[in-house]
Amino acid sequence: MMKKWMQLLVLITSITSAGTLLASGGFGEGGESHGSQMPVVNNAKWKSECSSCHMLYHPALLPERSWNKVMAGLDQHFGENASLDTAAHDEIAKFLAENSADKQANRRSNRINQSIPAAATLIRISETPYFVAKHDEVSANTFKRKSIGSPSNCIACHKGAEKGDFSESQVKIPR
Amino acid sequence: MRNSFYLLGLIFSMNAFAATSQELLKQYEVQAKQENTAFAGFSAERGASFFKAERTHSDGKKVSCATCHTSDPRKQGKTRANKVIEPMATIANPQRFTDATKVEKWFGRNCKDVLERACTAQEKGDYIQYLTSVK
Repeated sequence: MMKKWMQLLVLITSITSAGTLLASGGFGEGGESHGSQMPVVNNAKWKSECSSCHMLYHPALLPERSWNKVMAGLDQHFGENASLDTAAHDEIAKFLAENSADKQANRRSNRINQSIPAAATLIRISETPYFVAKHDEVSANTFKRKSIGSPSNCIACHKGAEKGDFSESQVKIPR
Repeated sequence: MRNSFYLLGLIFSMNAFAATSQELLKQYEVQAKQENTAFAGFSAERGASFFKAERTHSDGKKVSCATCHTSDPRKQGKTRANKVIEPMATIANPQRFTDATKVEKWFGRNCKDVLERACTAQEKGDYIQYLTSVK
């Protein structure tokens, strides 16, 4: 009797934990760090917390000092209160720092990083000289389209943005 | 044997996060009575006007809960950064008000954004009362 009860318990627990693992995206593909693509990165807290209000920005889009500044000012995050509890804050801050643009070997991250003057700590990806130069043919009105909203909504035109894929061949600007 | 106790504990601790809106309302009722001795229950009508009431933020912009959630809580809303917000009304989204930690997190953030102060337990209870009563 006792044995059956324990078997059931183990069964329930393994189903639950498999579910949790799947939901947190535990099975990563293992990132390719060279070339132009940003590596595949995974952190469940980063995913759930950062993507509840905006698209999920890949940590390789900004250098470590920028992420530190973002994480230090979450109570006034681009005009909104995005405060986190200490545990979530520390985990996400560490994850962003470890995977930031200045820790990457891929070409795009290097160029973003090198485009920022050493004395500046930019927190808007869209203000990095790399971004500005790459989007010089996109008009302000295009960015304001209802289907896009603003230059911060990368995923409107770059379908793979959340995975760090910004290849030009994948760009589709919505009407 | 020790392992099975551990597993048992794991299962129960996972269940501890799940709540119903009725349980949440009871918790807020206890708090509301502490905050105000004249507390006389929650009101869906008061919650509805709270949800729609526009306030002028110190930056000059007019904001309300409905700014992002739309004035029909059965519909999807949108954040300022263009991200879909699932409906607030439980009739359209049964997941709402089932996770006390999540509820407190978002009241904490959004009350400061919209009201520039924390919400009272009365306001939180009225809000939940309204959004669980929408048909």
